[in-house]
Amino acid sequence: MRALAILLSAVLWLPATVAMAQNGPLRIEITEGVVEPLTFAIPTFEAEDQGAAQLAGQLSRVVAEDLSGTGLFREIPATSFIAQRASFAAPVRFPDWRAINAQAMITGAVSTAGGRLTVKFRIYDIFSGAELGQGQQLVGTQAGWRRMAHKIADQVYSRITGEAPYFDSRVVYVSETGPKGDRKRRIAIMDYDGANTQFLTDSNAIVLAPRFSPTGDRILYTSYETGFPQIYVLDVASVRRRSLETGDGSMSFAPRFAPDGQTAVYSLERGGNSDLYTVNLNTGARQRLTNAPSIETAPSYSPDGRQIVFESDRSGTQQLYIMPASGGEARRISFGDGRYSTPVWSPRGDLIAFTKQTKGRFAIGVMRVDGTEERLLSASPLDEGPTWSPNGRVIMFTRETLGENGAPSIYSVDITGRNLKRVDLPTAASDPAWGPLQP
Amino acid sequence: MTIGGYISTAGHVGLIGWLVFGNGFQTEPLDQFDVTEVSVISEADFAALFDTPAPVVTPETPAVLPIPEPVAPPEPPSEAQPIALPPEPVEAPAPEPDPAPNVSAVTPLPETDVTDAPPVVPTPPVVTDVAPEPEVDDPTPAPAPRIAPQPVAPPEPDAVIADESREAAEPDQTAEAVVEEQEATSEEAATTETVTEADQPSAAPAQSLRPRVRPTRTAEAPAPAPTEEAAEAEAEPDPPSNAIEDALAAALANSEPEPSAPSGPPLTGGERDALRIAVSRCWNVGSLSTDALGTTVVVAVDMTEDGRPVTGSIQLVGSSGGSASAAQQAFEAARRAIIRCGASGFDLPPEKYDQWKEIEMTFNPEQMRTR
Repeated sequence: MRALAILLSAVLWLPATVAMAQNGPLRIEITEGVVEPLTFAIPTFEAEDQGAAQLAGQLSRVVAEDLSGTGLFREIPATSFIAQRASFAAPVRFPDWRAINAQAMITGAVSTAGGRLTVKFRIYDIFSGAELGQGQQLVGTQAGWRRMAHKIADQVYSRITGEAPYFDSRVVYVSETGPKGDRKRRIAIMDYDGANTQFLTDSNAIVLAPRFSPTGDRILYTSYETGFPQIYVLDVASVRRRSLETGDGSMSFAPRFAPDGQTAVYSLERGGNSDLYTVNLNTGARQRLTNAPSIETAPSYSPDGRQIVFESDRSGTQQLYIMPASGGEARRISFGDGRYSTPVWSPRGDLIAFTKQTKGRFAIGVMRVDGTEERLLSASPLDEGPTWSPNGRVIMFTRETLGENGAPSIYSVDITGRNLKRVDLPTAASDPAWGPLQP
Repeated sequence: MTIGGYISTAGHVGLIGWLVFGNGFQTEPLDQFDVTEVSVISEADFAALFDTPAPVVTPETPAVLPIPEPVAPPEPPSEAQPIALPPEPVEAPAPEPDPAPNVSAVTPLPETDVTDAPPVVPTPPVVTDVAPEPEVDDPTPAPAPRIAPQPVAPPEPDAVIADESREAAEPDQTAEAVVEEQEATSEEAATTETVTEADQPSAAPAQSLRPRVRPTRTAEAPAPAPTEEAAEAEAEPDPPSNAIEDALAAALANSEPEPSAPSGPPLTGGERDALRIAVSRCWNVGSLSTDALGTTVVVAVDMTEDGRPVTGSIQLVGSSGGSASAAQQAFEAARRAIIRCGASGFDLPPEKYDQWKEIEMTFNPEQMRTR
């Protein structure tokens, strides 16, 4: 017993004596920080020839707007600049940029020699006094200058945040015009930031829920052209379309591509009951995935194509379930109050976005694949239909205002719940579906 | 006392005197021995040290992007090129001409009248009653673009954003001592956590007003009792451990001596906290990827005697929880924090310079992930 007491006292005494003297470097742990946009400066890109002056200004503006639009960056206005760079090749005077608290700087030069648009750019970490990565040069047509700007912004975004890029991507959506009781709906595509809207269908029929293929070359959507809902496949390049044979005497809804691009999963209503099916887009072969008296709809594949998340009211209310892609036993993942619908699997595979109706409002939220860590990112009288950016960092959705003059708009929000904003579009818009990053 | 007693007494006194005043208690100094700091890493971390995922750490490599345009030849480096810059230019993919379809053919389609009867679309419910927003006695935090450990109220419109708040002062002509004129400053508005719309109550219709993409139920489905909560498996209690052995092992692990123990008194808790807070103010995790937000990095930095970090000495000495590229992003955010907030010198006691001339900072973003 005495030996035990001595041993214990020795054990208790030992660390105390060690703590008296500090060994090696001073060690501290930082667990609290701040969350605020990273400040950057982007002097207007240098025009290397007369014809490039306007494009240089436009390019640097779009890069700045892309970055600021994420909410993760804040541009320092040019009026605050101490130093104006003489040329792209001139050395950077880092102290001048530190003085205005710029943490990053992007410089660029634009040339239109030879009828081609050439853009060079470099990214600097101001406080480290070093270049981030290597400079790059892009060559393209002058008409494609916006895409070049998005590609530069993608590089800046990725090098600083570590996230995969997403600016050079497009979104397909439903453009809506006309009074609320007589809306004209057309499938349209736009750049992710709302620019370059182009229409893919006319407004003769109600169209719904367009979805991009994994490579962005085709679009699946639902149309009431024949009087009842039917799924169509539209080739983006030729704007040709064909209806999908989904089953006689039936109504098909909510189509979505599988990650392989060869299969579509959809919901088929027949005799008052709806279940999930897949169809091979090449052969037309169909396969039934669910067989239940409840409503199963809104299917979405996991990025690896092995599982499908969908909504079902088999438990009495709309909830989210996951099942193998070939059908089989489904596992419920949503257990909170309210009704869950329109689940969409994140391209990263870690989260599922959904619409939730609870406590008299609609919200867009995300949860882990096992249903944990549910987080609501928005809330309004009517938010619906989330879609993921190609890098899984941003979500777009439809928000409709109520009342006689109410109209839908497309909003985007960061998955942290920050930076909620409306996408500026020429018409009312709904049902966005984000396409892949363009090559 | 006998003669023997005197002799014994004298002998003992002599012996004790020699021990005390001589060098009887001195011992040979121990030889210097080398010790090495060790740290425990997991098997996965160890494997990660030697597993260099080359393709992952080169996200900017343009190899994955096709080059539809002939690549322009590299420009000769300019004479004014800064030394730190790599050879320029690095070839990059040319974005192909906008591949968007030429849909001008369909764009001007005439808006023809619909002759067929339109499909029956479920009529959206008319919302007449909009539930009033409930009164909230306890206001939730207002959204702010900045998340910080301490909330800061929105500044006055005229106030200049600064590190500390102060009142505006104007010259007081009646006072004997004229107060120097100064601008009002305020810290940037901040909140302690992300506040989304979902934190605010609002009214909404009973169901969506959008055209239904979901089939309409024609018959009442049986309503089985909903399963509310998944039963959580009870965690197995930890196996009983030998507390004494554990404590001894922990103590011994902590007692590994360092090779170069600085002399002098250690920093007080307050001094360490001041340094921690100073670095925290500049540690901006707002632009980090979600992967980097799950990565803890250990950063070493040498300090000058006036409390400034030696920029070139800042290096990543360890990371855990994320990929190599995530660790690099997290390290760069940490480096920015050290350089920015150390630019004017950290408030460290000069007399204890030996204690803080080398600092290892562990940046653990775990608490920031949910902000």
